[in-house]
Amino acid sequence: MPLNESWQTGEIPGPKKASLIVKPDIADAMIRRAKRPILIVGHGILEYEVEGLRLIDCLIELAKKGKIPVVVTASTNKEFLARGYIPAAIMPAVDIANRLTDATWKGIDGKDTYDLAIFVGLPYSMEWTILSGLKHFAPGVKTMTLDCVYQPNASWSFPNSTIKEWAASLRAIVANLGD
Amino acid sequence: MSRKGVSFRVKEINSDIAQFRDLSISIGAIHEEKWDEPMGPTPFPTLSTLRSWDHTLLKRYKPFYLPFCDLCCLCTYGKCDLTGTKRGACGISMSAQQSRTVLIAACIGAATHISHSRDLLTHVIEQYGSDFPLNIGGTSVEVEAPITRLVCGVKPETLGDLEPVLDYCENQVTQLLAVTHTGQEGNNLDFESKVFHAGMVDHVGMEVADIAQVSALGFPKADPESAMADLGLGTVDATKPVVLVIGHNVPPSTSIIDYLRDNGLLSEIEVTGICCTAMDIARYSAKAKIIGPISWQLRYIRSGVPDVIVIDEQCVRTDTLQEAAAIRTPLIATSDKNCLGLPDRTNDPIDAIVADFVSGKVAGALVLDMEKVGEIAVRVAQGIAPNRKKQGTLPSKDRIIELAKKCTQCMLCRRACPNDLPIPQAIKPAAGGNLGPLNELYDDCVGCGRCEPACGQKIPVHSLIVGAAEKQTREETFCIRTGRGAIQDVEIRKVGGPIVLGEIPGIVAFVGCANYPKGSREVAEMCMEFAKRRYIVCTSGCSAMSAGMYRDKDGKTAYEKYSGAFEAGGIVNVGSCVSNAHISGAAIKIASIFAKRPLRGNYEEIADYVHNRVGAVGVAWGAMSQKAAAIAAGFWRLGIPVVVGPHGTKYRRMLLGRADKDEDWYVYDARTGEKVYGGPVPEHLFFAAETKEEAMVMIAKLTMRPNDTSKGRANKLANYVDLHKRHIGGLPPDVHRLVRVPADIPLTMKSEILEHLQQHDWKEQPIPDPTLLPRMVHTRRD
Repeated sequence: MPLNESWQTGEIPGPKKASLIVKPDIADAMIRRAKRPILIVGHGILEYEVEGLRLIDCLIELAKKGKIPVVVTASTNKEFLARGYIPAAIMPAVDIANRLTDATWKGIDGKDTYDLAIFVGLPYSMEWTILSGLKHFAPGVKTMTLDCVYQPNASWSFPNSTIKEWAASLRAIVANLGD
Repeated sequence: MSRKGVSFRVKEINSDIAQFRDLSISIGAIHEEKWDEPMGPTPFPTLSTLRSWDHTLLKRYKPFYLPFCDLCCLCTYGKCDLTGTKRGACGISMSAQQSRTVLIAACIGAATHISHSRDLLTHVIEQYGSDFPLNIGGTSVEVEAPITRLVCGVKPETLGDLEPVLDYCENQVTQLLAVTHTGQEGNNLDFESKVFHAGMVDHVGMEVADIAQVSALGFPKADPESAMADLGLGTVDATKPVVLVIGHNVPPSTSIIDYLRDNGLLSEIEVTGICCTAMDIARYSAKAKIIGPISWQLRYIRSGVPDVIVIDEQCVRTDTLQEAAAIRTPLIATSDKNCLGLPDRTNDPIDAIVADFVSGKVAGALVLDMEKVGEIAVRVAQGIAPNRKKQGTLPSKDRIIELAKKCTQCMLCRRACPNDLPIPQAIKPAAGGNLGPLNELYDDCVGCGRCEPACGQKIPVHSLIVGAAEKQTREETFCIRTGRGAIQDVEIRKVGGPIVLGEIPGIVAFVGCANYPKGSREVAEMCMEFAKRRYIVCTSGCSAMSAGMYRDKDGKTAYEKYSGAFEAGGIVNVGSCVSNAHISGAAIKIASIFAKRPLRGNYEEIADYVHNRVGAVGVAWGAMSQKAAAIAAGFWRLGIPVVVGPHGTKYRRMLLGRADKDEDWYVYDARTGEKVYGGPVPEHLFFAAETKEEAMVMIAKLTMRPNDTSKGRANKLANYVDLHKRHIGGLPPDVHRLVRVPADIPLTMKSEILEHLQQHDWKEQPIPDPTLLPRMVHTRRD
């Protein structure tokens, strides 16, 4: 499978395309380098379980270790609450993305703007268009996706991967953040 | 009312002033004034007449652009890369380009409805004459054309009176399309204002179409108890010759019914339909059967059941001719907008056309004479059915297994699927004989067929899915209440107060196409949920069909379970796409009939009323088309929010409010003229939800209006909080922004909400008499 083709074959954006996260270290470095990262989690994550690992548990660990506030969309909140994790905010995907395009928005804690927005679990085409909105209208925000498919409008994206490869990468990112 | 094209000649006039010879005078229109309501400020608005109102809305609901392409490729300078802050060769920015594209889409949509309206009106005038009176609902409907009255300031009484209204619409769409030319408009907000204009004009065009066909073709006239019609693939009696009609413009289909009636054949032939032609033919004869929304085209044709296919216009798959040929079914095209390369047989004798079809000499023909179409379609179906033997192209179980074995698991079908359905994962077990996973995809499949050309092994993937669901398709036996048309004035009088005061928590209209993220069932479930909660639920078009394609635990469909009246807990199918005008029309009539606001040419005041007081929300869960974009735009200009599904982000922009910015939510208090905080309601004007659950919560929130009484706000909040708790989890984080005074708090939720308010440093806010128009201060008429 081509690594850096849009997962939806026809959804080709234009000249500016996401750089590949070919190794987990890249994502790890991006997160470490960010002053104010934010993690936006869609309902798609609830579908995935790989070798006994529920993706949501992996993301909770990522958020905790990386001290990244989590914004949950749609019904994702219920699953976080069920695990005793209270997200920083509940907000529809288009709402949080819209706020990220506002350079004067001081974030959900009212302190400062975000410089890295990490997306995972939105429907592919919705995440595609939202990342496009941010690519064009949020110049101060780098974006990264943690899905197992290539999202060309992000600044950084995983390649199209098997679920197994993807889970291994996520595990490695979480493990590295613990260093 | 107006009459077009009056001219007269005078050979010679001698007067004290001058002498005239061969004087010729032409008058564009003569206006016979019968309507005593004074003309409002904005009859027949031009592109810029309502600009100020649009910008007032757009200041609050700012566009959030979601470019679907980084490039502009509309002129020979291009392609131009507009990424970020780059500008194109003509100087256009990305935000302007996106809004320009939205305007192009809205223009396509409006042009399509208006052109449909023109064709329909011309047809019924030819049939019944221009003096044929409009009758939308007898004495129950005195405000026969609320949108036309509002926008144009005219009160049509006959079919002929609708012609100048369409002249206006056609003129405006031409002007609007000109705006999108290279080097015209350059400001995104002005583009957006024109999008609103396109939407408003679109609603006028839709209204003209539907009131013309309701009046002339004898459709149900604002009837809450309009007849039930069969719905679903399983309702067709395939032992009979079967006619399939697809599209939106109903005259070819009514001609089929007329021929059947005239020849005593109604019980001999099955007339079935897909898309809005189906909806409208069922309004003409409830014996016609509705197969389903647009996404049912491939699956039904491939079943082989139709013996002849008659297409008219809009949302007809452009490969219908090829699909029809594959099942040896002839196709008759009936619209000059959709000729499909077919020979024009309009002027040929009927016998010759029928003979050519039945013998298989021709696969398709263009016939533009509606009278002929009915006879040809019926006689061809009768002649061809015995030989065709309903041969379809759907594979048998053994063939599915055989084809599935060819799959290389390359994933290209999944990567072509708009819903990212796990097709390869379902084909794999099918190769081993387990068709269950393939069958499971059937409900979520939008029927686009994109998976098939993507397959390198030439596996007919869509057919595999439908073939695997063969038993399920036979069990698609539902029912739908046929489109009732307008809302009665008396219904408006009954519910106007409870809606504006909030005792009825809102009007939720499920409209638009069937590009659903997870199948039709979600629409049916949402309809039932809001009807159960005593909202007024309206449906139209493909969504109206989807609403009926599901049975609850009691085995009932939405239309069997709930009344068709415009009342709390009603599910009101207004009809086809063009019947959407009755939904916006109902909101306008609440302002006009219940609140007695002047209607005539008085757009801003009515829109201001609707926006601030009428808790209506449109939901286009599977919106796909440019027409859906235009319909939504017509709601936006009235200040009515629209919720779309996740695919809706591909419309390239949202119109989102910022609840966290208090300064955005000030309104004038019409009693005092002071600017006061009205709260973030409705929060958004155009919003894409990620899931059905998120949509339902947002719908409940978007019904709130600054004018809500405490009783009404408490009712709306109770629904919002309850839905949020069920589907999102916990108390909504923004309750403190929505409670204005303690009496707004639902009694059963008092303690938890009070605790929340304390945590958020909540302060009581007065409930204003809200308006966004300074001129409405102290001049309220209600």
